[in-house]
Formats: sequence, structure tokens, C-alpha cells
Amino acid sequence: MNSPIYYSKKIKFFIIFYTIVYLVIIVIIPLSSIFFKSSELNLEKFFSIAFNLRSLYAYKLSFLSSLFSAFINSIFGLITAWVLVRYDFLGKKFFDTIIDFPIALPTAVAGLTFGNLYSKEGEMGKLLGFQISYTPIAVVIVLTFVSLPFVVRSIQPVLEDMDLELEQAAASLGANPIQTFFYVTLPYLFPAWLTGFILSFARGIGEYGSVIFVSGNIPYFTEISPLLVVMRLEQFDYAGASAIALVLLTFSFCLLVLLNILENWTKIK
Amino acid sequence: MRLFFSSFLLLIGCFHKEDEIVLLNVSYDPTRELYSQINQSYQKFRSSQKKVRILQSHGGSSKQAGYILAGLRADVVSLAMQTDIDKIAQKGFIEKNWREKKPNQSTPFYSTVVFLVRETNPKKIFDWKDLTQPNIQVITPSPKTSGGGKWNFLAAYGYFLNQDSRTAIQQVKKLYENVPILDTSSRSSASTFIQRKIGDVLIIWENEALLALKESKDQKFEIIYPSMSIYAQPMIAVVNRTVKLKNTEEEANMYLDYLYTKEAQEIIAQNGYRPIDKEIYEKYKNIYKEINLFKVEEVFKSWEEVNKKIFSDGNLLDEVLK
Repeated sequence: MNSPIYYSKKIKFFIIFYTIVYLVIIVIIPLSSIFFKSSELNLEKFFSIAFNLRSLYAYKLSFLSSLFSAFINSIFGLITAWVLVRYDFLGKKFFDTIIDFPIALPTAVAGLTFGNLYSKEGEMGKLLGFQISYTPIAVVIVLTFVSLPFVVRSIQPVLEDMDLELEQAAASLGANPIQTFFYVTLPYLFPAWLTGFILSFARGIGEYGSVIFVSGNIPYFTEISPLLVVMRLEQFDYAGASAIALVLLTFSFCLLVLLNILENWTKIK
Repeated sequence: MRLFFSSFLLLIGCFHKEDEIVLLNVSYDPTRELYSQINQSYQKFRSSQKKVRILQSHGGSSKQAGYILAGLRADVVSLAMQTDIDKIAQKGFIEKNWREKKPNQSTPFYSTVVFLVRETNPKKIFDWKDLTQPNIQVITPSPKTSGGGKWNFLAAYGYFLNQDSRTAIQQVKKLYENVPILDTSSRSSASTFIQRKIGDVLIIWENEALLALKESKDQKFEIIYPSMSIYAQPMIAVVNRTVKLKNTEEEANMYLDYLYTKEAQEIIAQNGYRPIDKEIYEKYKNIYKEINLFKVEEVFKSWEEVNKKIFSDGNLLDEVLK
């Protein structure tokens, strides 16, 4: 039998080998250096930096605002993906393209734009009659913006591939449209939806550039955790910076592990 | 492999012209305009003997120092704060006694911290003590992330120490309670105050305040000089490690010395910084009002002391921001 050339033993070995080398250089070495750098601190010092009251407040803000924005995105992202796949309308191509915009835009630009718009002198601020900038709500809004594509882009291909016959079969067996949606369509989309949710959540935890322009950076109130890392770096305290970075890293790692477990679990079901 | 290597060398050769000296000046944020003018003038001054090209890099002062520590090959540094250069010297890239190498403690120009208020000064802000009043919003960058923020903090604290050393911390605390937004850099603070129109007063470098007056069109501001402020010293030094490696020591020194010439001092004065040359200063005296300026050493003994007692973790600054 003539199998494609990439199944030859030698080629396969090389491809796998280079993939691993590549991942080690790009991901594993940089990340483990965070670990080594923070190990310069003794345990007591590590805890006093990574888990003092100010850091805890910052984690709380980062965690909650990312969670909220991931929720918002998972609801509106589902609707958006649905509209883009199932309906035809004028300008669909245009809207499909701008979904990716938040990723291409430099985050600082996003931050400045939102900050100006929602401050008391900005257009949105005037319209609403109060100022959203410099509150935790502003943090949620920018995070929703920067992580917008994740849910949409996770669900979209799955929805496109979904066989319409599945829904038709459900309908012919007597399910009403709402039952069809909740018992057939949603379970089918669920793994992709979850992936989008967690990616969007993880993105929010690490976001820095856009948030610092809208949050006001007041300690114990609107200070996000990546800012604490930058503060340490500014003071040449590399070990301290990596201590906080390590906490964030561990958290994101757990999220991604959780994602994998949930994905496997939904597959088995 | 050899082919790769030689083509790489060829590539470098293309960028490196014979007989041309290239220096990299690593500086802090707002000096971009200033140094681009000085560099032009310097290149012209040197053109009869040698072709010199000066490259500039700008960013937050501490960040820039961090890049050099990480290996950025700067021939000279011109940073906002002594501490940042000291940090590089500690690693041995700059000579330990760098402050004695150039005139005026390696300070070719200085500046100070002033207030920018809105037209007609509606909240009647005239001095530091007015910033602690309950209905005033003060805009200043975070002293944790911004060099300008550190100078502002020291200026305020120095003033209150001079008033009454027992209540100084209390007063500074009150001032920072009036700060609704701690931006990460001086420039973002300026945009919060100017573009977003937030706050009653912006604490800012004098040169940035002058720039704001010049550039603002749709709104008017006034500069208020407090009764006392800080002698803010941006400093310069030759980075020994690089100039030894590149063999540019002579040129780098000549470049830094050039900053003290009448020509350069004139450019400095035109760009909003206070020249140290007496004659040039006299000429621009109507812009750079004479006010009571104190040096860091006079009030806080030394920068080491400042870092240890004020800015480092768990000390005065953290206490104030609590």
C-alpha cells in the first residue's frame, strides 16, 4: 500500500521531534524561567508578596471581571455565531470580519478609546449621564471587547458543520423548536461553547495594555494583577514580579486543565 | 551553514557604513523632541571631522534601565532619575563614580514639578497645601510605575516636611486621597487631565506643562508655581561596557560634553527644560520663573535613603496609598 510520505517512520519522528523542540523553546523555557526566578525567594517572602492584601484585591478584581466578561461574551457570542451562520443579511461579511478586530487592534489603543468614550466628558459618558471609566465596570467592558472573538470563533465552525438533519429529525419526532434547541442543538455546541468561555476567561486574567487606561489603577479598588507585576519590574524586583506572575500562571494553567477535563467528559457523554 | 553565516555578515556590512560612528542614546519618555534637535545640531557640529549618527530610544526611565541591564547596547544614557543609572552602575556597566564624570553632578539640565490648572484657576489652587483640601481632585501618575510620579511624590512630601515634619505623612496621605486615577505614566496622566477633562489640578514636569500650554487649542490652562518645589535632575552617563566593546568611548564623551555647550543649552531652554548655563538661563528667565527648589539630598539625605524609606515595599509610599 502506498501511504503518504509523512507516515514514513523517519519523517514522522522528525516532525514530532521538531514540534517538541519548538514548543520547548517558545513556551516551556520562558514559562519555567518564571518558576526559577521566583524560587529565589524564600517561602515566607513569596507569600508576603504573592498573597498580601493588595495582591488579593487585585486577583479578586481580575478574576471577577474576567468571569463577568466571559459570561457576557458566551451569551452574546453564541447569538452572534448563530446569526452569522444561520441567517443571511446585508453586510454579513463586514460583521464577520470585524469580529477579529479586537485581536488585531493594539490593546493600548482599545484602552484609550474606551477610556475616552466612557469618561464623563466622553460621548458615552455624556449619553449615560455618569462616568463608567475608572470603575470595575469599565474593566469588564474592555475585557469583553478584547476577548470577544473567542466564543464566536469557537462556536462558528461547529455550527457550520452541524447537520441540519439532526434538528429536522428532532422536529419530525415531535419536539417543539425550544426543545430542539435545548436538547439537540445546545448539547452539540456545548464543548465548543465551553472552550470559548474558558479562553475568553483566561485572556481576561492576563490582559494588561487596555485595562490600565480605563481602570484608574487605584490600589484595593481598580488595580488589576498584571499591573502589580509591572510595578515590581519597574522597581527591578524581578523575583517579586515572577512570584505574582507564577500565581497568575498557575491559575491559567488550572483553567486550561479544567477545560481539557470538561472536554473529555462531554465527549464521553 | 557557512553560507548562512557569511550572508549574515554581509547583511551587517550593508548597514554599517565605513567611517561612520553610530551612538545609541537611551533616554526617558518626554525628551524625544529635545534630543532629536540636539542630535541634529551635534551631527552638524561634528560633520567637518567625522560622520556621526545618533540613534535615540525613549521609554519609561526605569524600563529603559531594565533593558540595558538585560543587554541593550546603549553608548550613553540620559535618564530621569539617579536611581536608574545607579542600578546600571551596580551591575558594572557604568563606572561607580559616574556622577563625578560630567559637570554639575552629570546633570546638563534640570526641571521642576509644577501645577497645571484650568483657566482662571476656579478652585484657587496656589500651593501644595491647597491640594489636600477635601473638594479638590488631583491628577498625578503612580509613583510605583512612573519616574514623574516619583518626583511629584518627593516634591509634595518635601514641602510638607518643611512645613511641619510631624504632620507631613498625614498631609501627603490627604493629597493622595484626592487622586481619583493613578495612571501608569506622566503622559497618560496628562491625557486624563487634558483630553478627558478629569481633575482640578495636574502635577507635572515643568517642560510638559509648557508643552501643554503651547499645544492646547480648544481649552486654556494656567501654570501655577508652588512656593517650593523639587530640583528634578535628569542625569547622563557613558555606558562603559558598550563603548569599550564598540570603541566609541571618545565619541560618547564628546557627545555628552556637547550638552553643556551654549548651543545645546539654548536648544534645551527652547524645549522647556531649565539650562544650567547662567547666561542662557538669564535669557529665558521670563519663562523659567525663579522659585525655591530643593534637591533630594538636602531633604532626604540620599537616593538610597529615599528608596529604602519611601519607595520600597511596605514603606511610606505603600502606607500613603493604603
